Amino acid sequence: MNRALRYSWISLGREWRAGELRILALALVIAVAAVTSVSFFTDRVQRAMSLQATELLGADLSITSPQPIPGEFAREARERGLDTARYVSFPSVVVAGDDSELAELKAVSDGWPLRGTARVSEALFGEEQETRSVPGSGEAWVEARLLQLLELSVGDSLEVGEISLSITRVLTYEPDRGGDLFQLAPRLMLNVEDLEATGLIVPGSRVNHRFLVAGDEAAINRYREWASAELAENQRLETVADAQPALRNAIARGEQFLSLAALVAVLLAGGAVAVAARHYSDRQSDTSAVMRCLGASRRFVLQVFTLRLLWLALLASTVGLVLGFAAQGVLAWLLSGWFATELPLPSLWPVFTGMGVGLITALGFGLPALLRIGQVPPLRVLRRDLGAPPPAMWLVLGLAMLTLGVLLLWQAGDVRLAGFVLGGAAVTVAVLWLAALLLVKALTPLRSRGGVALRFGLANLSRRGALSAVQLSAFGLGIMALLLLALVRVDLLSEWEGSLPEGAPNHFMINVQPDQVEPLQALFERHGMERPEYYPMIRGRLSAMNDAPVRPEDYTNPRAERLVTREFNLSFAGDLQPGNRVVAGQWWDPEDPEPGFSVEEGLAETLGIELGDVLEFSIAGERVRAPVTNLRGVEWDSFNVNFFVLSSPGVLEDFPATYITSFHMDEAGQRMLTEAVRQFPSITVLDVRALMQQVRDIIDRASLAVEYVFLFTLAAGVTVLFAAIHATRDLRRRESAVLRTLGASRKQILAGLLAEFMVMGALAGLLASAGASAVGIVLAREIFDLPYTVNPVLWLAGVGGGALGVGLAGWLGARSVLRQPPLLTLRQVG
Amino acid sequence: MVSHSPAPVVSASGIVKSVMGPAGRLSILKGVDLHVAPAEAVAILGASGSGKSTLLGLLAGLDLPSGGEVRLLDQDLGRLSEDARAGLRAGRVGFVFQSFQLLPALTALENVMLTLELSGHEGDARAGAREALEQVGLGPRLDHYPSQLSGGEQQRVAIARAFAAHPQVLFADEPTGNLDQQTGDQIIQLLFNLKSAYGTALVLVTHDPDLASRCERRYRITDGVLGAA
Ligand SMILES: Nc1ncnc2c1ncn2[C@@H]1O[C@H](COP(=O)(O)OP(=O)(O)O)[C@@H](O)[C@H]1O
Ligand SMILES: [Mg+2]
Repeated sequence: MNRALRYSWISLGREWRAGELRILALALVIAVAAVTSVSFFTDRVQRAMSLQATELLGADLSITSPQPIPGEFAREARERGLDTARYVSFPSVVVAGDDSELAELKAVSDGWPLRGTARVSEALFGEEQETRSVPGSGEAWVEARLLQLLELSVGDSLEVGEISLSITRVLTYEPDRGGDLFQLAPRLMLNVEDLEATGLIVPGSRVNHRFLVAGDEAAINRYREWASAELAENQRLETVADAQPALRNAIARGEQFLSLAALVAVLLAGGAVAVAARHYSDRQSDTSAVMRCLGASRRFVLQVFTLRLLWLALLASTVGLVLGFAAQGVLAWLLSGWFATELPLPSLWPVFTGMGVGLITALGFGLPALLRIGQVPPLRVLRRDLGAPPPAMWLVLGLAMLTLGVLLLWQAGDVRLAGFVLGGAAVTVAVLWLAALLLVKALTPLRSRGGVALRFGLANLSRRGALSAVQLSAFGLGIMALLLLALVRVDLLSEWEGSLPEGAPNHFMINVQPDQVEPLQALFERHGMERPEYYPMIRGRLSAMNDAPVRPEDYTNPRAERLVTREFNLSFAGDLQPGNRVVAGQWWDPEDPEPGFSVEEGLAETLGIELGDVLEFSIAGERVRAPVTNLRGVEWDSFNVNFFVLSSPGVLEDFPATYITSFHMDEAGQRMLTEAVRQFPSITVLDVRALMQQVRDIIDRASLAVEYVFLFTLAAGVTVLFAAIHATRDLRRRESAVLRTLGASRKQILAGLLAEFMVMGALAGLLASAGASAVGIVLAREIFDLPYTVNPVLWLAGVGGGALGVGLAGWLGARSVLRQPPLLTLRQVG
Repeated sequence: MVSHSPAPVVSASGIVKSVMGPAGRLSILKGVDLHVAPAEAVAILGASGSGKSTLLGLLAGLDLPSGGEVRLLDQDLGRLSEDARAGLRAGRVGFVFQSFQLLPALTALENVMLTLELSGHEGDARAGAREALEQVGLGPRLDHYPSQLSGGEQQRVAIARAFAAHPQVLFADEPTGNLDQQTGDQIIQLLFNLKSAYGTALVLVTHDPDLASRCERRYRITDGVLGAA
């Protein structure tokens, strides 16, 4: 073993000159770089999250409620020697001159934040400093974005509800803000003492009251026990341990997705490793035979080749790690908008991940071919035609699948997902391979047509049927990934945008008090705008289903858990709204309705609500029960006002309601809006144009990140192409030397090569276009619910791009074949 | 050196070939003269590594000499580009190698058709190729790939390929070197039969004294110089 270790290391340098080892190393470098760039990045995110777990909460414990939190919670905490603070947050439009903007207001008490430190600056983009204080009465601290939107600077004042606040600081960092995955409106912070004077808090307002507690662990635990027993229904207690499950989930999903994208690169790199290793072991047959003749045991030969592969994997992984580390910086930059703070440096764990992936890929994909080397009979020294038996197909495929399965399970960390992706990959590869085989077969009759060059190229393709099919599927897979990213994504996005009707509502107005509806309608009319429809909205929590209390911890689905913790927006209606349709049960008679609820079908599915179930909602401390009489389908993306749960007339009318409306407004309506907000400061206007733009930005950034990771996939795909061309290079050189001896011109030979590669590229493009169209259709139908017609450009790009790309690559790879005199070539490869 | 009155098909005057090896310049040929008349058979003998293949390659224009002049079919090879030399060979110069050198992607028939097509052969290449293969006794094996044929059969395909276009000169580099005695004899028989049938000049590199003895003239390379054997 020792001797083998030494010899394998010494001989690595000599063998490096053989191109196969370089390709093998390149493939491993790409695989490791792809995986480590993602895992360095996710590691940073995870570290950021654990470092900030307390900061995210701004406290050790918090109680949240849509209603003010009773004073006894604070009294009890102070009696127990704990620190306390509180804040109230809610969205509201703020006004400066003729401009208005939606802001996220946060009215804080002294002492906020109890954990973590806020940072401010004296001027826009001024130097940042930590602060222990909060805005004083009459002061506002605002995020830079709000200053820019309203063209204000520090020292100016703005109107918040009925009062005017003077801007004294730019808020640059707020520890407990990290929870907003999608940061929508900019922050405006004021003192909680000013809150009442703004007049923004009225019954039914969409506000979030938060009471914060901090102290030593034992005292917090005792307080927690006491408070848990005191909690009312709409109050929620959180500690560091359960902070931000939604954010954690969203980030975990994103990470999983990036890991999967990186694994596609590993899969392709594995293909390149397999091809290069096989070619390498063919070329090493002589070496092996000679070593055996000279008295080396079969074991020794095997050890040397296996160890050499390991050395190579180790070196390549190291290079891949360095590249991966550099690449994660770009990823962090692309996705920086997702995180409210700077990411900390990564730990060393990804180093092990990268090394592991490098070694597993090298062994899993390369070993079957190398193991054959030991089986070369020593007699080969005398009889050249005695080679190693080719590796059993089941061994190669089995080991590759196993390797991929292990990597998937490790990286995706989810058995079901891993199985799904593995199955999907296997089916895709199998379908591609079968289709490729059929296409190659279909070429055979064409061999007797066309010019010499074309016929020669086609003969090459169809003669190497199985190998051609493998190459075709590899190219096809690579091109398909590119088509999906480049074209299908854009098509789906524009399809989605196109599905929004012209003049669709782009503003929502919420928190409208019943007595404000009429004056608002008059205002709309005065500004020459259409009077929109107003809907009542009552907030209530789902407290029981069929008399069994509803508890968040009974739901495993995070969405369901979230839904039952929050309050629902309930409404009532006699007639079915436009854009709604009953999918089960009966709509009530508007004239003489039985009490009943109508539930949106998606919600019903998530929460397991069925027709006839009796729902109980708790509204402002009272309970309302009624059976579910129908389920509704809703067109959500119409941007009309819609409700998850509606009641029949006569059930909810007596509860305090606010009104909500949606309307279409262009730039000209801005004045109406400013006037409305001045007149009725408590109403909230949501401009969904900005929201839609933001969602689009986030999708763009995210897909850019995925595309970036897919660059590795592309590189791996090119390496497969390269490995495949390299593996047949000796053969091609010999062929072209023979052809030249027979009198063929360079042009004829080049044309033959080009014909072969371009036909291969076009066929791969054809397969890829078919695959990408199929995936596009499935995505559109099943996930996005859009009508998707396949774009002809997709086929053009697939087939044309494939022919040109693969043709060019093949030509570049094979060009050197023609440079030297045929005599030399025949001597070299004889 | 001997000279013949009809214009020679191959004529080399004072050719020198040296290559740069790892140990510096290596002179392989140090001034070789050789003239081959139409329909004549010439054997070149020599120890392994004496430069026989190198000489054959230079005569056929597969490489250029470092000095001296080679004329093939009345053309000065030194004045022709690579492609022009290839064009000169097409259809008029045949080749048979020790290791057969058939194209593995093509069937026996297609391998032979290829020469005819490259030479701009008029008429049906398929029929011509079939006829050539029948002449070497491979009529029933037209659609077999090289890997499905024995060594002797592969060499017969190579001979069919070399003669299909009725060339004026044929170069053979140890054509029986990879074959057993009996198969080798059959190949030699075929070679000389076709040579007389088409009046092809034959330049033959060999170790085999039997084969050499069937040629009209014999030379031996020693130390980079050609002498009578
Ligand atoms: N391109 C080259 N580079 C280095 N050495 C060469 C080259 N071509 C031929 N030789 C050397 O020239 C000598 C003659 O080679 P060759 O013509 O193949 O001999 P033969 O065919 O008689 O066995 C050999 O020693 C060979 O190694
Ligand atoms: Mg030789």
